[in-house]
Order: sequence, then C-alpha cells, then structure tokens
Amino acid sequence: MTIDPDMAEIAKVFFQESREGLDVMESGLLSLGATADGESINTIFRAAHSIKGGSATFGFGEVAAFTHGVETLLDEMRNGVRPVTAEAIQTLLQSCDCLREMIAATEAEQPLDQDRIATLNGDLKNILGERPHDAPVPVPTAAASIEAAANTEAAGWRIAFAPVADLLRLRNEPTRMFAELRRLGAFVARADVSRIPPLDALDPESCYLSWDIEITGQIPRPKLDEVFDWVDSGCRLEISSIGNSAAVESEQAGPPPEAQPGATQAAPPSQVERAPPASAPVQKASGDSGSIRVATEKLDNIINLVGELLITQSMLSGFADGIDPNELDRLRQGLSQLARNTRELQESVMQIRMLPISFAFNRFPRIVHDLSRKLSKKVELKLTGEGTELDKTVLEKISDPLVHLVRNALDHGLETPEQRTAAGKPETGTIELGAFHEGGNIIIEVRDDGAGLNKAKILRKARERGLVPMDQDLTDEQIDNLIFMPGFSTADQISDVSGRGVGMDVVRRNINDLGGHVQISSKEGRGSTIRIRLPLTLAILDGQLVRVGKEVYIISLLAIVETIQVERERVNTLAGRTEVFRLREEYLPVVKLCDQFGVEPDSRSAEDGLLVVVEADGKRVGVLVDDLLAQQQVVIKSLESNFKSVSGIAGATILGDGTVALIIDVPDLIRSAAKSGSGAVAAHAA
Amino acid sequence: MNTAKAAASADKSVNDTSEQYLTFMLAGEEYGVDILRVQEIKGWDKVTRIPHTADYVLGVINLRGAVVPILDLRRRFGLETIDFGPTTVVIVVRVGGGRDERTVGMVVDAVSEVYNVDAADTKPPPDVCGSVDTVFVKALATIEEKMLILLDIDRLIGNSIADELVAGAAAA
Amino acid sequence: MGKKILAVDDSASMRQMVLFTLQGAGYEVVQACDGVEALDWARSSAVDLVLTDVHMPRMDGITLVRELRGLEGYKFVPMLILTTESSQEKKMDGKRAGATGWIVKPFNPPQLLATVARVI
Repeated sequence: MTIDPDMAEIAKVFFQESREGLDVMESGLLSLGATADGESINTIFRAAHSIKGGSATFGFGEVAAFTHGVETLLDEMRNGVRPVTAEAIQTLLQSCDCLREMIAATEAEQPLDQDRIATLNGDLKNILGERPHDAPVPVPTAAASIEAAANTEAAGWRIAFAPVADLLRLRNEPTRMFAELRRLGAFVARADVSRIPPLDALDPESCYLSWDIEITGQIPRPKLDEVFDWVDSGCRLEISSIGNSAAVESEQAGPPPEAQPGATQAAPPSQVERAPPASAPVQKASGDSGSIRVATEKLDNIINLVGELLITQSMLSGFADGIDPNELDRLRQGLSQLARNTRELQESVMQIRMLPISFAFNRFPRIVHDLSRKLSKKVELKLTGEGTELDKTVLEKISDPLVHLVRNALDHGLETPEQRTAAGKPETGTIELGAFHEGGNIIIEVRDDGAGLNKAKILRKARERGLVPMDQDLTDEQIDNLIFMPGFSTADQISDVSGRGVGMDVVRRNINDLGGHVQISSKEGRGSTIRIRLPLTLAILDGQLVRVGKEVYIISLLAIVETIQVERERVNTLAGRTEVFRLREEYLPVVKLCDQFGVEPDSRSAEDGLLVVVEADGKRVGVLVDDLLAQQQVVIKSLESNFKSVSGIAGATILGDGTVALIIDVPDLIRSAAKSGSGAVAAHAA
Repeated sequence: MNTAKAAASADKSVNDTSEQYLTFMLAGEEYGVDILRVQEIKGWDKVTRIPHTADYVLGVINLRGAVVPILDLRRRFGLETIDFGPTTVVIVVRVGGGRDERTVGMVVDAVSEVYNVDAADTKPPPDVCGSVDTVFVKALATIEEKMLILLDIDRLIGNSIADELVAGAAAA
Repeated sequence: MGKKILAVDDSASMRQMVLFTLQGAGYEVVQACDGVEALDWARSSAVDLVLTDVHMPRMDGITLVRELRGLEGYKFVPMLILTTESSQEKKMDGKRAGATGWIVKPFNPPQLLATVARVI
C-alpha cells in the first residue's frame, strides 16, 4: 500500500492513537469484570470502532478486518444481545494484545503473525456463533470494484424524482444534484409545479417540486444512484433506462439498491499483498522514537516565561547607557527578577519532559489480572497518585523494576485464598501501587497485605551463605533488606512468574543506577511495603559540592546519608591498609577521594577532613573530602557525548563560574572500592 | 594569527582537486588538518582534570555549554612537553559523524597558515614520519618548499579516545 | 477566504487526515473532538459545512446534527456524517436527525473532496 508522505505522517498519529485506544480498551475490559454498565462497554466499542475506521482509511486492511470482528462482538455486548462473559473478555483482551502486535508490525513494515490472527479470529467467530465466512471491510482501493459490478449501460436514463418536502431543509439542493447529473451526460429536466400551494399556505422552506429528467449517454447506473443516494429515502424515485423501459425500478422508501449480496463485495482478502514471512523479529514500534506529547498548558507556561524574560532583559539593557548610582537598586531588582524568571523557565522546560506515572501504572491492571488467574489467587489492585509526574526517561526505566516488584508481591507476598481464610484474613488480597512527590523526589510504594517476609528464614539463609556474620545482630529492617543482596531468593521454589535469575538485587541496581533508593519493610502475617525513592529527572540533580585539594566534585544529595566530622578514636586500620570508621554500631570503609581520583588533598588523614556517608546497593561507605561547599541543583552533562564514560564519574556539570565540575558516580565508587582491596565494604542492610 | 573565521573566508580553491588545510606547529614540525573539521581556535585556558585518564587527556572545558575534552598533542605524540606560552592554542575540531560526532580540543604550540593543497602535491606517508605514528598521517605535502604532515584527524582522535578506554580499564 | 468547515471526530488521526485534505483544497477548517465541543463552538460561530463522525464520547454525531439543526444559524447548513458501510441504519438515523448526507468510511482524500464539493 503506497501512501504519500503526508499521509504517512498522519498514519503515525494513527499508530499512536491506536495504541492509546488499545489501552482504553484494555483497562475498560479489565473493569468490565466487576461492573458491566452500558457506558463502559460503549467506551470500549468506540475505541475499537476508531481503530477500525482509521486502519481502513490508512489502508491497513488486515488490521481493519480483524478489528471488525472485535467491534462486532463489542457492539452486540453493548446492545445487550451478547452476554458479557469472562471468556469473551479474555478473548477480547487477547485480541487487544494481537492488535497491538499487528499495529507494531504494520508500523515497522514487518509481516503479521497470521497464525495468531487466524486463531483469535476463530475464537471471536466462535463467540459470535458465526461460520468462519468473511466479509472483509473494504479499503479505499476497493472502491473501483463496485464499478466493475456495474449494471447494464443504456443509451440513457429517465428519472422521475419527487423528493420529500424536507429536501431543502436538509440542504440537499436539487440544483447541485442536477449539476452533477449534467456532468454525467446530456441532461433535460422538466419541473412539475402542480403541487405548489397558494401563497398563503406556502412554507418557503419546503420543497413542492418534482422533476422528470432525461439524461443521455453511456452512464453506469451506480453513478446515478450515487447522486440520489442521500435523498432516496421517503421520496419517489423511478429510474428507467431509455430504450429498455421494461427495466423500471421503483423505490418507495425501500432499501437502496447497493445492498446486493456479493455484487459489491470488495476484492478478496487474498489479494492483499503480503511480504513473505521474514525471519527478522518485529521491531519495536517507533512510537518510542523519543518524541513526546506535551500538554498545551505546559508549553503556554514556557511561552509566558520567555515573554517575561524578554521584558526583564530589555529593562536591564536600558541601563547600558550608563548607570546612575541611584538606579543601582533597580538594577539589582531587575537582576533578581531575571534570576527568578530563568529558574522558572528551567523548571517549565523540565516539565515538558515530565509525564504522569499512570503511563507506567496502566500496565498493572492487566498484569495483575492475568497473573492472579494463573496463580489462582484473588487480588484487588489499588492505584493511587497516578497523576504524579516524573521524567520520561526515569519513567521508562522504572517500569520494568516495578513490574518485577508487583509480580513478586503477587507471587510470593500474597497467600492463596485458602491460606488467607485460614489466617482469618479476607479471601481477596490487596496490592497497592502508589506514587507521590516528596521533597523534589518521587516516592513509589508497592504495598501488599500478604504474609510478609519470613525474617527467621531470611536470616538463616544469609548466615548460611556467609552474607551476615554468625555473631552479628541485625534489626528487623536490616533483615528484610537482605533480600536485595545478590543471589538471594526467598522463594522455596523458583516459579515461572517471578522469573529465574532476575533477582531483587537487579531491581535494586537498576534503581540505584537511576540515582534512586529502594527499601522494604514488612510485618509477618500483615504484608510488605517496598518504597522506592527516585529523582524526578535525570537531567538535573540536587548536588552537594565537595572540595578535595583544589578540585571540586559533586555528590548527589540523594546518595548522602549524613556528613560527619571524624574523631581519631573512631578510625581503625584493617590489615594495615584499609581504614574503617565506626558509625554507631557499624564499621564503614573510608574511601579517600584523593586516592581514588589522584588529587593532592589538604590532608590525607581522615580526622582532618569530613566523611560524607553515602549509600548505594545497600552498602555504605564514608567518602573523605577536605571540605563541604554549597548545595545546589546542577544540570547533568554527559561526558560520553564528546569523550567517553569514566569510571567513578557519572557526568559533569557547569558551575556558576563557567568551570566544569565532575559528578561522582556513587554506586560505581562503592563497587570499585569493594573491589580494590577494601573487602571490608560490609553488607549493609537498610 | 589566523582564526577559523578568516580561514573559512579564504579563497576556497584554486581548482577542484585542492583542499584547504589549517596548519599548526608542534615541536618544529608543521601539521595540517582539514579545515572543514575545524570548529574554532581558542586560547589555552584552565581545564577540569578527569581522573583515570591517560596523561595526554588534560581535562574538560565548558565550550558554550558543552563539555569538551582537551588533548595535549605533544603528549599524544610522545614529544617533549613544554610550558604553555602566549602562542599556545586549542584547535577545536569535530570528528566522527552522525551519532558518533565528537567535539574535541587539541593543544598545539601555535597556529600557522591556511593552505590550499592540491592532491597532486601530496604523497603517501613513508614508514617513518618524524615522531608521529604514521597511522595518523593521511599524506605528506610540499608547499613553498616546506613539508606539511596532513593528519587523519578522525583516526587520531578516535584512537586517542579508544586508547583511553584501554588505559582507563587498566587503571581501574 | 475559503469556505469554513467544522470537522468533528474523536480520533486525532482522522481529524488530521480531514484537516490536511480540506486545507490542501483551500477550505478553512475548524476542528472539534466531540459533539459537546462542536455544539459549544457552533453556538457562537457560523460555518458553511459540518462534517461529523458518528461514534464519539460525550455526544455522538447524530445527536450533534439534531442539536445543530435546532440552532438558528445552522438551519440551512449542510451536514455530512462519517459512517461505516455496515451502518445503513445510521445513515437513516442521520437523515432523520437532519443530516444532508454521509461519507462512507473508509474514504480517501479525493473521495472526501468530491463529497464535500457536492454540497458546497
């Protein structure tokens, strides 16, 4: 199917829109289980209808044909003809999946999965109780075939047309219709004015005329039908071919002539060109190509701010002609306004990249629905704070870890209905997925009311594996968080639900790599809560500037637990080399930035500097620096764009004075500290 | 001193086979880089050092909001280092292409001239070419009785950064 | 200034397709994404033609046509509904509500222009 470039652009909108439509269908279908009210079915139907209409319009006949079956089923449900059964919902959900793949494949110009389509089509037909005959939805290119089925061509036609009185009111102008006829052939019309009433009884908006028309030429009958298509109901319309007066068709509000079975059928589906199945997998739809839809309001904010900035700027440049000391105050005022505008503008620009977390949350009703069926568990999913916004990139990267956590909660956290009943809990468990903002970060919580973690078992396992020394006592919180240790799995058997190999340690690493934190707390028999703290964006970071010798580095405030002045007696040297520092009940390795980064510091001994206690991957270390400078928000610049990634460095930023400062990659620093001899980077669990 | 702007406005070519080269001095030798690769020439200013990098990576600078690495070509070629003086400049070049395009600064002793170099006046580099590894030399040219060493800037910078990866890995 | 057309569809891609086609032919196009929005707009503005989809949230196309016909300024404005082949019934519903005619989906840009040219 060839589409011109402009149509191809619009087709992209169609793909995006269809994906959204499918999301609407899916969430609608999932909620149908509970309540089957008319309006929700209607909403699902409309989404399917739009996909069908669009795909047919843009020439994606197979998508249109498949959606037709879905639409028919939904239409029957909507009209109450077809009961809303769990089976039907399941088939429709699978059809949504299938459509999503079809649309992705169509967009990527990849072959469709014909087997899957055929199977689901069969399922749909079964539910509809239809024989598997197919009335394909015509695509625009098929229009020509209607003419191929043309009726007899005569030397001309005689038409008797007596329209309904409403003709003019509905803007069906006889003059325009006649103009169309005139284009078809030689045209003569005689108006019958006999029905015009006396003037006092005349309604100027009604049509009292009727016509006898003769039109000569080789004109296919459907062309005539087309002209009268909009007006033939309720009117008197007789069309007979000249020289074949026997073939008179009379219509009195009957169905239009086009409904002839078979005759106007579109080309058979086999004619649709189909690329030979290639081995290449369906590529990821280009919907993720990095474009972003933005609420107009956000853009308007920015436009307003730029306007403000311009005003401030012109106000300031007015001073360029020579500053009167008396006006210094106004200059200061202008500058502070400029600073404020600039900051707001930056925030607004950041806003453009922000999307509500519902984009990630919306997957969960389906996931939970499918999984609870599979596991025979009863669960209610509660979503809160779906409108909470965060950066698109963070959103995309947090999505998979969240899926893992929710699956885990369902698989390992929640008990079976029998177990729950036995424990005196409601049969149906609850999983809550919530998000909210807290101090420049976003907090995402996954909460379940399941069995909670088995602390005794976790601690025993950790000890068996040497992750925790036999004599070390841990708090409950510390024990819970051991599940984030590499190679730690609490499940008695690995199920295919939570996956093999991908453990909670990977989840934590992914979150840490985003500059975030995760921790779990649980009460035995009452459930668990996993709390994820993430920066709102990867483009800026709340940083602590630290000085080492003459150099300045930046540490993310999110990674900093606390900063302490070191006292001599709390520093010990292990194995003659690694220094550890006692912070309350634990020993933290000291990482000297001067050694890590090869800087000449003010002093090499820990007690002269400050220890910045940082945490990642559940481990804490004390980073030795000479001084703490300001805390400020910095814009993260990649080192890789012009150079390459450097170990221990997450990126760079440009400070107020125009110089470049490097941002410390805390997880990487801790990992390399653990490798480089300080084996004492002890597991820390909280 | 020539500037990139002046160079760009210089007469484009005598004939179709000639290319313009910006030349610079390094330890008494004259080197040329394709002028189309030169983004700008700026004075030496202090850099922010990057840990875990080879000695010829002096650090990064802020070039109108972009973080750009600065390489010391004397160190890169294993030449004797000198104190930076008033003629010391940073030639900012663009290397690679598409997604791999990088902007990198090279510190050289001084900028020299802009020459039109005709392909007919060039010859392939000999096996030994002064102190420079010949893989970085595209050709030798003779202009006004002088020898110019025309650098393959993509390979030079690309290799420097790739070598860096190895050096960085070894250091870690 | 070309003739002004009010195009109503809840699907952004269909709206764009209609917009692109009609603007390319020199018409001025006003868009609305459902019946309620279209009706609100129509209460204070006039057009030469209304093109509306049938299935839309909040207010469907048939109701929209009926409501518009009740507005003084829209008494004689041609109105076309976009409908699917299968819904003969919808065509008649549309007619009863006051539609001038219909365009059968799917249609391509030339078909759309030809149909619009039949009424304005």
